[in-house]
Amino acid sequence: MQVEKFYYDNKIVKMFAYASVLWGVVGMLAGLLIAVQIYLPGANFNLPFTTFGRVRPIHTNAVIFAFVGNGIFMGVYYSLQRLCKARMFNDTLSKIHFWVWQLIIVAAALTLALGYTSGKEYAELEWPIDIVITLVWVVFGINMFGTILKRRESHLYVAIWFYIATWVTVAMLHIVNSFEIPFSFMKSYSWYAGVQDALIQWWYGHNAVAFFLTTPYLGMMYYFLPKAANRPVYSYRLSIVHFWALIFIYIWAGPHHLLYTALPDWAQSLGTVFSIMLIAPSWGGMLNGLFTLRGAWDKVREEPVLKFLVVAVTCYGMATFEGPMLSIKSVNAITHFTDWTIAHVHVGALGWNGFMTFGVLYYLIPKMFNTPLYSKKLATNHFWIGTIGIVLYAIPMYWAGFTQAEMWKQFTEEGTLKYQFLETVTHIIPMYITRSVGGAIYISGVFIMVYNLYKTVKAGNFVADEAAEAPALPKVAETHGKQYWHRWIEARPIQMLVLSLVCVAVGGILEIVPTFLVKENIPTIASVKPYTPLELQGRDIYIREGCYLCHSQMIRPFRDEVVRYGEYSKAGEFVYDHPFQWGSKRTGPDLAREGGKNPDSWHFMHMLNPRNTSDKSIMPNYPWLYSNDLDIAITPAKIRAMQTLGVPYPAGYDAQANADLQAQAKKIADGLTNDDQIKKLASVSEEIDLKNIQKKEIIALIAYLQRIGTDIKGEKKPTTASLP
Amino acid sequence: MKFVHYLEKISGVDIYALSSFSIFFIFFIAMTLWAWKADKNMINEINQLPLNN
Repeated sequence: MQVEKFYYDNKIVKMFAYASVLWGVVGMLAGLLIAVQIYLPGANFNLPFTTFGRVRPIHTNAVIFAFVGNGIFMGVYYSLQRLCKARMFNDTLSKIHFWVWQLIIVAAALTLALGYTSGKEYAELEWPIDIVITLVWVVFGINMFGTILKRRESHLYVAIWFYIATWVTVAMLHIVNSFEIPFSFMKSYSWYAGVQDALIQWWYGHNAVAFFLTTPYLGMMYYFLPKAANRPVYSYRLSIVHFWALIFIYIWAGPHHLLYTALPDWAQSLGTVFSIMLIAPSWGGMLNGLFTLRGAWDKVREEPVLKFLVVAVTCYGMATFEGPMLSIKSVNAITHFTDWTIAHVHVGALGWNGFMTFGVLYYLIPKMFNTPLYSKKLATNHFWIGTIGIVLYAIPMYWAGFTQAEMWKQFTEEGTLKYQFLETVTHIIPMYITRSVGGAIYISGVFIMVYNLYKTVKAGNFVADEAAEAPALPKVAETHGKQYWHRWIEARPIQMLVLSLVCVAVGGILEIVPTFLVKENIPTIASVKPYTPLELQGRDIYIREGCYLCHSQMIRPFRDEVVRYGEYSKAGEFVYDHPFQWGSKRTGPDLAREGGKNPDSWHFMHMLNPRNTSDKSIMPNYPWLYSNDLDIAITPAKIRAMQTLGVPYPAGYDAQANADLQAQAKKIADGLTNDDQIKKLASVSEEIDLKNIQKKEIIALIAYLQRIGTDIKGEKKPTTASLP
Repeated sequence: MKFVHYLEKISGVDIYALSSFSIFFIFFIAMTLWAWKADKNMINEINQLPLNN
């Protein structure tokens, strides 16, 4: 067979590697900032762009899509070429992929800072960027599949199946979750509402973890761990079994983010059961990785790359055991909305994704620059510093989570709640401080890596195109011993793609379609009405400022929650919420029944500076809401968009909406301007334009806050939830 | 496209869940059996793939 000479493209790998490091630093620094803001509200700097509610999505998007995203492409572009024994399909597509991805990241940072957010976690980017993401993902897919189709190695090694599953599932998730109706150049409303939106969101969100943070990195593990240890993977058979099990089961786990919420009970149970089943394939992957090192553990002592990979795989195992445990309802009842979830996320993110990325960087930068790593000692130091950072991050968060949950649920002898919400916050400030120290330590390890890699690059000679040779594929595929089914599919990447898509689509369809049986799953509550135009505007401000990141709106049916917050949340209350705002975390109290609890003046004083009403509050100030005019020109477009989505505003209401808005705003403003406390506050605060307060954004926000959860207050309690 | 109630009743919907789960489970058992019995030489060759370059 004629041997063909060709070259691997290392330039594109280098570019993705540099991007991953750059955005890793940026994203982690953003994380450090928000960690500090939690105990030093002054670190919000009184500016909208730097407030926690805007920086947190910048942090999550940067570390997930920019740091890990570029890390994925670095690993895929390097390993895929070598496993296929072929150069990437098209160099231009590679470059387009790279530059458009970085463009998306920059656009994300800018738009998120400006408050253009969809209000849905890990899918905050607005519709124009969603479209660009789809297009660049297609470019990536063409490049990846083109490479696979022109391969010179007929077998598809396991890493490649993981890459295929990643590509197809992320495409499905992104498209379905991003169904939204634009009403302006940079803003849109989620197609889904309330319970359905929550289910779609967490089907997406959990599988972003599964198919963006896990499967591509498992593929990378299957390549880089054997390479670094110079031994084959422990069990190919195990990799086949756990691959198919993983991609099928993972999809169903989404509802474990919604336990004890208004999501129908059958969907919650499915989420729990499948999450527990997920332990098996996840640990299959972990064990396959760790057992690969049987007989080679002495190498781990010598090689920093192996140290990082081993701890990464171990953290993967820990996180994939903890996750299923957190999916058990009785455990989740304690952990949901607490910092325990944050601890869990960061064991996976810092341990699995972070350390795997570092290990791969330490492996391939020296290879591509044809020089040994500048300092193994520094890399080992990085390893220990990073590990300490992870520990100092996770343990305070476990402590904080447990403490919060306990304090929230404590009753006195007389049967009243023992602690005010704010007490539970101030109590865990020391843990928040320690966590930020852990994060800072972790980042300092990253800086050591940047220095080490820089010195390596400087000392080396970059091999932009790495020579290789291999015979072309024979016309007729060779057979090995007994023919078998998986061999059949491994040679057929397109069939692999289609079957993977079927596999992952099943779970989603089965959980999502029945939830759209509105009549039975979402019992209609007659008294629930659409938001008024002013309240709708206020809700959009709530979303813009990221309030849902600290405040939940979902009262669970527990005695302590019902006593603290009011009647537990019913599915039918959220039918007009595009998007839903149930939240994932209670850094601040739940707001589901906030309406009517405090007078307008309380909200007016609180939003300007929360410490006006709540001593030791850690919430940022929102002074710009008092000087920004509400954009009423856009009200008709918002109403029309909502009408398209089925919200029953009367026909032609968009023409009437602003008149109603201004009448309601005047009422609130008049009450405030005649209030002595407010007049006194305005006289000492230059942010407050009391004369023109009716036109300001704060009025809309107050209107919204006073509406939340009030619709059912007059309703007679139903005997059961499901009868129509 | 207004939000229309595509399905009116939830009772009986578990047939879809059951059938798709059975399809997957049967596929999974078949695949596991194959993996158990696959040719050892072929398995070893595939294991070596990352180390071959």
